[in-house]
Amino acid sequence: MTEIGRAFDEMHEDGAVRPAYAGIAAWLQAHGLEALASKRAEAEALFRRVGITFAVYGEGGDPERLIPFDVIPRILARSEWNRLSLGLTQRVKALNMFMADVYGKQEILAAGLIPRALVLENEAYCPQMQGFRPPGGIYSHISGIDLVRTDANDFYVLEDNCRTPSGVSYMLENREAMLRLFPSLCSSHRLAPVSHYAEDLLETLKDAAPPNCKGEPSVAILTPGHFNSAYYEHCFLADEMGVEVVEGADLFVQDDIVFMRTTAGPKRVDVLYRRVDDDYLDPKVFRADSMLGVPGIFAAYRAGNVTLANAPGAGIADDKAIYPFVPEMIRFYLGETPLLQNVPTFLCEREEDRAYVLANIADLVVKLARGSGGYGMLIGPHSTAEQRAEFTRRILERPADYIAQPTLALSTVPCLAGEEIAPRHVDLRPYVLTGKEVRIVPGGLTRVALRAGSLVVNSSQGGGTKDTWVVEDGPTRSQSQSQSQSGGGMQSQSQSQSQSGG
Amino acid sequence: MLSRTADSLYWMGRYTERAGNIARGMQVALRMAGLGESLGADPDGPEDEWHSLLVAAGAEPGFREHHQAVTGEAVIRWLALDPRNGASIANCIEAARGNGRAVRTALTVDMWEALNDTWREMRLLAPTATEPDRLPGFLDWVRARAHLFNGAAADTMLRDEGWLFVHLGVMLERADNTARLLDSKHRALSGPDSEGAVAYAQWQALLRSVSALRSFQWLYHTRLRPDLVAELLVMRQELPRSLISCHARVQRVLEGIATATGGRRGDPQRIAGEIQDRLTRGHMPDILAEGLHDWLTAQIDRNIELGHAIHALYLDR
Repeated sequence: MTEIGRAFDEMHEDGAVRPAYAGIAAWLQAHGLEALASKRAEAEALFRRVGITFAVYGEGGDPERLIPFDVIPRILARSEWNRLSLGLTQRVKALNMFMADVYGKQEILAAGLIPRALVLENEAYCPQMQGFRPPGGIYSHISGIDLVRTDANDFYVLEDNCRTPSGVSYMLENREAMLRLFPSLCSSHRLAPVSHYAEDLLETLKDAAPPNCKGEPSVAILTPGHFNSAYYEHCFLADEMGVEVVEGADLFVQDDIVFMRTTAGPKRVDVLYRRVDDDYLDPKVFRADSMLGVPGIFAAYRAGNVTLANAPGAGIADDKAIYPFVPEMIRFYLGETPLLQNVPTFLCEREEDRAYVLANIADLVVKLARGSGGYGMLIGPHSTAEQRAEFTRRILERPADYIAQPTLALSTVPCLAGEEIAPRHVDLRPYVLTGKEVRIVPGGLTRVALRAGSLVVNSSQGGGTKDTWVVEDGPTRSQSQSQSQSGGGMQSQSQSQSQSGG
Repeated sequence: MLSRTADSLYWMGRYTERAGNIARGMQVALRMAGLGESLGADPDGPEDEWHSLLVAAGAEPGFREHHQAVTGEAVIRWLALDPRNGASIANCIEAARGNGRAVRTALTVDMWEALNDTWREMRLLAPTATEPDRLPGFLDWVRARAHLFNGAAADTMLRDEGWLFVHLGVMLERADNTARLLDSKHRALSGPDSEGAVAYAQWQALLRSVSALRSFQWLYHTRLRPDLVAELLVMRQELPRSLISCHARVQRVLEGIATATGGRRGDPQRIAGEIQDRLTRGHMPDILAEGLHDWLTAQIDRNIELGHAIHALYLDR
């Protein structure tokens, strides 16, 4: 089931190239492997120069590492994207309504649709948020929904990320790199731009201005600091939006109002896009030993003087034990049929589920209910007998910590793997912005498992990224175009400029 | 602007400038050490040269903690590479880049590349940088990298508060360096040792270290004279590394910062004004008569005071 040969190949179907990939196929044929490999080296030099690196904790070696970038783009047809986009909007709306509900009237619990204890006794549930309604009733302003594809028509949500989803800077930088490295290939496709993401993000954050903010909201990004693996992204987004990136020590709270320390004295802050985890936000409310947070910021939030995006406690909506109930939420809050499918999920704390998981562990993916980054995961079909025994022991010991899902045959796309072009498994993380309206930049971040046969796409586990293209349906102009273009660079230049500027 | 951002920009400027200045100082000492015997100076002369360089760089106490004797080789390693010396060239480059990285978005791509490439190349050069045949090339490289950074900043940076703090750091550090460099050679400029072949070589080296040997000729059209060398480095507006030039910039930048931060003024502006006053009214023959060393010591102390005032008003969080 997990052999690459049997997974859905996004480029080919029944021996023929799928229409969306026609331009790529012609381009791959026209350019030798050597040319691609040299472009790959160019891309790497580009990323390193610009400083797009991420930190890897405690492994020694180069502390500032690059996430491998694959130069062959991953393509979605506009019609495919439109369907996904509707499903994503629906799902994130329901997730936000769920949070407003469980921190408010708790109607879904009263209706018996989700076990009360699963929510209220969940580690991710934040009792301090009870009875407080953030501006607009929005908890997850920035959501990353991880999708996998198994077929021409089947996309599944693998997990929701409602706290501080990262990686969007790669989505943006990957596109910039492609426009720079392959201007004619880009211009031969009718390619949906992504570069307006930062503007959308700023709009979304301004939409979240607290009730006591009069006039233009002052927005900042709160970062744990430059030791954080996503620090580059925090700075990148701040720069793109033209706002400050602040650390906890740059802020202080006086009379429930949050101020930045500036060279001109204190300056009020209205909206904080915080990339600091809940636990570390405010030592007065959460972990008392936190050096990253701002004492008193939670009180300022509840007083309506500052908005924290995403809201503390948003993790309840992306908890893996809550995940199986998302389709139920969509029906309950929106009265709609879910457009995106959930992967069937077994909660090991349920006796019936646990028995099934233990009996079928060799076929399942077992995950920590509260893990992330691909750590603490067992992929049954790829596991050894010892690993299975180890996970069996762990599940029996702490059943509530584990969930299991069938091993999905993640789709593949062609990658420049070593010295050849070979299929590799991918997933997709679109970024959904929720303010006064829902905004989604077409595409998202495609993560690719660069090891042959691997299903783990996390960057901490040897994953890489690709540019994700949403292209308009209909015949691409690639075939004739790619030939005339190698001579005429003018057109491609103007196109790539207008796109990066847009 | 965030105080933390201003702090990083200011120190990025200072450390970059400091790396270049240490290289300048080492070039002077190397030259003197190379000339030592041919000038018939006393055999301890060269070591004296390295000692005065350590003092000028403010690096003597740290050096003494780890070394018994002052030798050329030991001083070179200490000032160029030693990780235990916070102000070694390698550490200055590391600190400049670290400050730049912490406020990456306040820099232009050109500035970041200048900083980051310097840092990367430094790691490659370090193993062989202090080999006798390589050292002069390495020191030239360090100076050139400081120029590249300053050029990238001057040519690409938005003229807002960020630029003012970078420039403030560079100019204050440069003023400090010129004063220290002069002080380390004060014996060759006034008093009983201020004549003869050795003193002459010292004047030359001093001028070279601030790239002013030719400038001297253009301005004075005469053989080198200690009082004129001192005058040039202290109070000639035409020389960009003179104390008066550097402090004029410091004063102007501090005015700019006051304007950019809503007109708030304080100790930095006051002290900078007083320093500039002292330089403008100064008369070199009087200074030499009263003692150059004392005058420079007071100057260096005021620089330090100014640095503290800048921290207190703008940079502390």
